[in-house]
Parts: sequence; C-alpha cells; structure tokens
Amino acid sequence: MAFGDQYAKWRVDTEKVPGACGLSGVMSRDGKRFGGDVIIESMRVLHDRGNGLGGGFAGYGIYPDYRDHYAMHIMFEDAAGRALCEELLEASLEIDVGEELPTRAHPGIIDAPDLRRYFVKPRREVVAAEAIEPDDFMVKLVMKINKTVPGTFVFSSGRNMGVFKAVGFAEDVGEFFKLPEYDGYIWTGHGRFPTNTPGWWGGAHPFNILDWTVVHNGEISSYGINKRYLEMFGYECTLLTDTEVMAYLFDLLVRKHKLPLELACRVIAAPFWKDIDYEGKTERHDLDEALRITYASALVNGPFAVVIGFSRGMVGLNDRIKLRPLVAAYKDDLLYVSSEESAIRQVCPRPDRVWAPNAGQPVIGELRGDV
Amino acid sequence: MMPGNMVTSEFQVMVDQEKCRKCKRCVLNCGFGTLEFKDRVIPDSSKCVACHRCVVFCPEEAITVTRNPLAFSEHASWAVDRRKDVWKQAESSGMLLTGMGNDLPWLNVFDHLLIDACQVTNPSIDPLREPMELRTFLGRKPDRVEVEPGDGGYRLNTTVGNNIKLDVPMMFSGMSYGSVSLNVHKALALAAEKLGTVMNTGEGGLHEELYPLADHIIVQCASGRFGVHSEYLNKGVAVEIKVGQGAKPGIGGHLPGEKIGREVSSTRMIPIGTDALSPAPHHDIYSIEDLRQLIYAIKEATGYKPVSVKIATVHNVAAIASGIARAGADIIYLDGFRGGTGASPAVIRDHVGIPLEIALAVVDQQLRSEGIRNWVSIIAAGGIRSSADVAKAIALGADAVGIGTAALIAMGCRLCQKCYTGNCSWGIATQKPELTGRLDPDWGAERLVNLINAWALELKEVLGALGVNAIESLRGNRERLRSLGLDEMTTEILDVKPAGR
Repeated sequence: MAFGDQYAKWRVDTEKVPGACGLSGVMSRDGKRFGGDVIIESMRVLHDRGNGLGGGFAGYGIYPDYRDHYAMHIMFEDAAGRALCEELLEASLEIDVGEELPTRAHPGIIDAPDLRRYFVKPRREVVAAEAIEPDDFMVKLVMKINKTVPGTFVFSSGRNMGVFKAVGFAEDVGEFFKLPEYDGYIWTGHGRFPTNTPGWWGGAHPFNILDWTVVHNGEISSYGINKRYLEMFGYECTLLTDTEVMAYLFDLLVRKHKLPLELACRVIAAPFWKDIDYEGKTERHDLDEALRITYASALVNGPFAVVIGFSRGMVGLNDRIKLRPLVAAYKDDLLYVSSEESAIRQVCPRPDRVWAPNAGQPVIGELRGDV
Repeated sequence: MMPGNMVTSEFQVMVDQEKCRKCKRCVLNCGFGTLEFKDRVIPDSSKCVACHRCVVFCPEEAITVTRNPLAFSEHASWAVDRRKDVWKQAESSGMLLTGMGNDLPWLNVFDHLLIDACQVTNPSIDPLREPMELRTFLGRKPDRVEVEPGDGGYRLNTTVGNNIKLDVPMMFSGMSYGSVSLNVHKALALAAEKLGTVMNTGEGGLHEELYPLADHIIVQCASGRFGVHSEYLNKGVAVEIKVGQGAKPGIGGHLPGEKIGREVSSTRMIPIGTDALSPAPHHDIYSIEDLRQLIYAIKEATGYKPVSVKIATVHNVAAIASGIARAGADIIYLDGFRGGTGASPAVIRDHVGIPLEIALAVVDQQLRSEGIRNWVSIIAAGGIRSSADVAKAIALGADAVGIGTAALIAMGCRLCQKCYTGNCSWGIATQKPELTGRLDPDWGAERLVNLINAWALELKEVLGALGVNAIESLRGNRERLRSLGLDEMTTEILDVKPAGR
C-alpha cells in the first residue's frame, strides 16, 4: 500500500488516537550533554506500556555544529513526495545540508520510509517579503508540507534538536536511529499503545512544532474545542491526533502570548473554581480568574500525562485530576520524569528525591545557564 | 340559513355528573369561560383550549378533556388544521394569531444528535465524587492575558472587562411584563437569584418591585423603547438590544390596550389602556452602523456594561452575527425559529427563520474563522426543552442557553398557545387580577429552581460521561457529537460527523 493511501486511510479511520502509553524524560539542568542510551534504557522498562505500534524520542542539543539552523527531520514514502517537498524547501530555504538520517538495520523495525534531515535557514528575502518572523515562517511551511505534500511528513523542525520516531517498540526505535551516538542535554521518549489504528510512522510521538516536543499518555477529551481554538490562531491540526494540540497550545501560550511556562501549565491544567474562589481577593485570584476566563477553550480536559521538551527545558504535567501516572525525581543537576518510578530507577538507582507530582502541578526543569 | 361559525371544537369537555359534587371550582378556574353552572356544570366545548386548569383543580377527578373525535374526510394535503384556518379566515378576514413557539413538525436537529461517552481508553468521571464545573462567563474576553513579574509570582496586566458570571450555563429568556404577569417576572427573578443566573426583562421594562433583584436581571431595550430610562439601563447587569425574536422575525409586537393597566402602564411609560405597539425595526437602526451607535450609546450610559444583541435566526444569520460582533456587542442572543411569543401571526411563527441548531453552528464557525469568537458570547435560545438540548447546544458552540417556554411550563403552562387572548387560566400570560393572583411567585420560583437544578445535575452527569469536568471542555466541542438520520449537507453544516465515524 502506498504511503499516500495509508495516510489517507489513517486520516479516515481516526480522529483521535486513544491509547495508553509509556513516557520518560531526562534533563541536565546544567546543560551537560549525555548519550541517547539513557533514555532508551529507561524506555525499555516501559516496554509493556506500548504495543509496538509506535515509539519515538526527542533529543535537545544534538546538533551543536548547526545550532543556528532549523534541523528538519522528514519522512518520505515515495520519490514523488520527496521531489515535491524538496522543491518547496528550495524555494524558500537555504539548505546547507541535506542527507539521509543515519539508521541501522534492526529486526524490530520494518518497512522504513525514506528518512532525511536538512539543516536549513529561511531565505532572508522570503521572510522579509512575507513580513513574518522566521519561526512563524517555519511553522507555516511545516504545516503546508504536512497538509499538501502526499506521503511526506515533517518529524521535527526545531533548532539544535530532533525527533526520531517509527512503528515499533520504543527501545527498538532508539537503536534503529542509533541514538547512543548522539549527545543531548534533554531526552524524552515514548512508547505507544494505540487502540484503534494501524501504525503509521508519522503518528508516533513525540509531536513537534519548532523546538516544542510533546510525548503524551492519555486521551484529550476536550480535543474538539482545543483544536477549534487553535484554528483561530492559524494552527491547523493536520494529524488528527489529540497530542498535536498540546504542542500547539504551548507554542501559542508561551511563544506567542509570552506567558511564563508555569502559567501556561495553569491554563492547560487549570485550577478548579473552588480553589480559585478560596484565594479570596488577591492578585493571584484575579490572575487565575483572568486565565480561566480568557483561555477557557485551551483547558485540556481528560486524562493525560505529558512531557514537554523545548530548548530551554522540560515540563512534566498531569491533568487536573491526575488520571494518568507521572513520577519525577532529582539527582544532582538531573531531572527525571516518567510514567513509572522503575523507569527512573533503571537509569538512576539512587535519586536524591522521588515524588509523584500532584494533579495539575507542573514539574518544570529549566536550564541554569547557556548551552 | 348560513352557518355563523364553521370551525368545529378542537376538544370535548366531559363532566362526570355522578362524581361532580358541584363545588364550582372548575367554573371559577376556567379563564376561557368554558364551564358554566346551571344547577350542574355545563361545558361549552367550543371554548376549551385544553389548558387543564379545571382538570387539575377538580377535587373529584370528574372532568376529562379529550380531542374532538369528529371525523373529517381524509386528505393528506389538507390536514384538518389547514381547513379550519381557511374557515377562520373566510369568516374574519384577519391574520391568524397564535402564541408560544412554532408547532409544526419541522425536523428537530437536536433529536438527530447523539452525545459521546468514555469507555476504557479514558475514564468517565463521577460527578457525585469529583468536582464538576458549570460556571460560565458571558461577555467579551480579551485575546490574550499579559502578565508581569510581581511579588513572588506574576501580576495581571490585562483587564478582562465586564462579564456576567453564571453558576449554570442557563438563563431565563426575555418575556415582557405585559405579555406575562408581574408574578411571573417575580418568580423568574427570584429563581435567577437563587440559581446564580439571570432573567431577562423582555421589552416591557422592569417593575420597581424587582429593582432589589437587578443584579440577576438583564434589561431589554426593544424597538418600542417601553420602560427604557437611564435608571432602568443602569439597574441590570447587562442591556440587551432586541432586534428580533425567533417566533416573529422581522415583525414588531402589539400588546393590546386592555392589558395595559396601571402597573404595566407605569412600567412601560405609556398611558393606561393604550395599545403598546413595537415597530418592526428599530427606527434608529436601519443598518449595522446604526446598531453600533446604539450599542455605544448604551455603553456610555451604563459605564460599559455588557451589551447583548438579540436576533432571530434567519437565513443569513452568520454574516449578521459577525456584523454584530464587529459593531461592539458583547453577547449575541440567537433566538431560533422554535422560540416562543405571547402573540404572533401564525404564518410568521411557523414559516419564517431557521432552526437554532443550524444557526448556532454556522455563527460559532463564522466567528471562529474570523478569529473573533472571543469578542462575544453566544446565547442559544428558542427550542431548548431538556438538559440534553442544553448539552448539545453548548457542544455546537453556545456559551449558555436561554429558557423561556420550559420555564413557563414549569410554572403550569400547558402550551395551549392562547397567550394572546389574555385569558391564561394559570395566571401566566394575563394581566387580569383574578388570574394573575393564581401564580404565587415563591411557588413559581421554587419550581424554576428545581427545574434548573435538575438540568444542572443532568448536565454534570453528561460531562462526567464525556470524561470532562468543566463545561468549557464541552463548549464548541463538536467532536463529541454525532448525527443520526440527518442528510449529509446538514451534517456538514453542523460540522459534526455521522454516527459510526
């Protein structure tokens, strides 16, 4: 079956892809880079939380030599899609490197599409002509490719980071992409257990926009309105998967609306009115009330545990009544979050502190200095 | 000899003379003069409207009202009612008047929408054990929130502006004092206060006795400007400009002089006994730019209280709503073609306008596609019969719903559709003192509170089944609706998927 058909079928069959999943994230708050084997080993413990229909990773700091370029990881099902896509890229981008994404043969990973990466910068005159920021230009370009180019899907498009994902178990996916050969200061991983769809490489986590990545366990019951809210700001949910809205919401709230991360989390997993009422006549109350009134449609409802990655940090967040597991730990400058404590202890046997974050309370790790 | 009246009785009233103890309560209770006492109770079935007042109040259960079994020769195109209409008009040469909402069997879209629920992959939530939030804010919302670092946290740097806070996403629709009795207004206002929601005055002004409850009242300014003065505008939590009404889009109103007694007269600010005529258009609003001027005149007069604009759902409703939002309204009140009225020509009530469900879907989508959905709140009204309708309306995109007919039914209305006669035996749509006294405002309020609380409970149960715990996660979330038995185009316009997809 041609990829185009498969994508079309995937789109028809699915609106959202419900499912349980396993996820982990590790970050060095000092920005020290470490190999991708850590996240693979953590995910290996969570094997049973996935069903082999999707696994993936995001690494930050993995392309220091191209830190100012947008690194585009793209999958192509056929040559025609690739030709069309590359034509689009060449029309508006300076492509300094275009090469195959390194992989190795792996018994757990079959039917790989053509996987390539490009280190690019938007052409100055193109950005100037459209009078938009380079970041916004990249968002538009990625959405255009994903929506219009058959058999083509952009895994990631951020700077000094990349997303690696495939149909298979997470640990196999990590080995397939040779992640132990990369060094990064943040790694997140995901093993998927979709309940109603054939696996599709593009449908695995993490989902990405610019440098935001999301790995997600859960089902966003408010998806329909979150999607329609995002559409008002020009985001198009092309993947028809609920996880995508999480990435776009963070992009909207933090990058565009300039909300601090902590408050973006307070929008997405909003406090209950009874708790806001309890704050009395305080600045805190007015702020919380304003956030809930203004961003009612950005409240993400339904069970979720997510790990959000971005170039300056990592956030673990649960839904407002904690319907999915999430555990966090500190060890020196390292922050760990995972679906299960075992997956943390596998790679960090004696953490300084381990705890289960409260419902709706974000665990935020931010870089202390430059990387 | 030619017959005077060819219209045969719709109902038959039968009094079981064995059971009847001749207490005459039925005779006193009938507002329509159907029952007379001449050594026993004698009914005149031709006057009966099936309002059941006599049936409910007969202590012996001696009265039955049945449909007149008189057989008519069958004719598929000429339903009996159509024939009767022709007889009535051939006799009177007048417009056929009616009350309440459209009673023709048009497709009811609500009845073709199904709600989702959680199974396995996400847990449903038990509203008895977990918080379930219905709080709703009506009015313009900012595009974004700006903050600055404050002491130990962040300080709000954005003004949200005036919003009306509702504890439930339901309010009482505008029904004017004049078309309904003062006791109805009192019951609605008392209930609104208890429920943490609002009632709407309708176009007949606000009686001074209700001023203490004005924090739960939206005051209306309609084309007749009845009862509109500075204090009135400033009393309510918001001002509504009524452009149109679902039961009679495009036409005005007429409250006959016999309903304009002393109290109605002083509230409406017109002489006793004069007809209260509401022009079809506002004569200061002939276009959208005029509406903008009135909206801002009212805002200036009220210290920028939210301004609502009420329109009937007509064919081009999406573009009209967009214009209203851009004219500066904070709330758009959509009154569907099933919306009620005290009096309307039947031809208008039954054939003009489009269903609320469809209008709501296209208005919400239009405002979203223009990126201005947060400028206004949408109230959906005209045909809301149950908590299921409330849930579906909210999923289609309404911020809250307006409840009129259901509120009257809660207080005894039997939907006889004779509001325009002023004979309402239940004391609702009448100004006759002997009838209005029948409705105790506290009793009415209690029933309204019961009804809305029951619907709120059911709404929470629906949210729980959907696996969400805040009403905003259902609002506009059409992904949780499926259509069944609707044509493809209607399904597409509603932007829902058919069941099975």
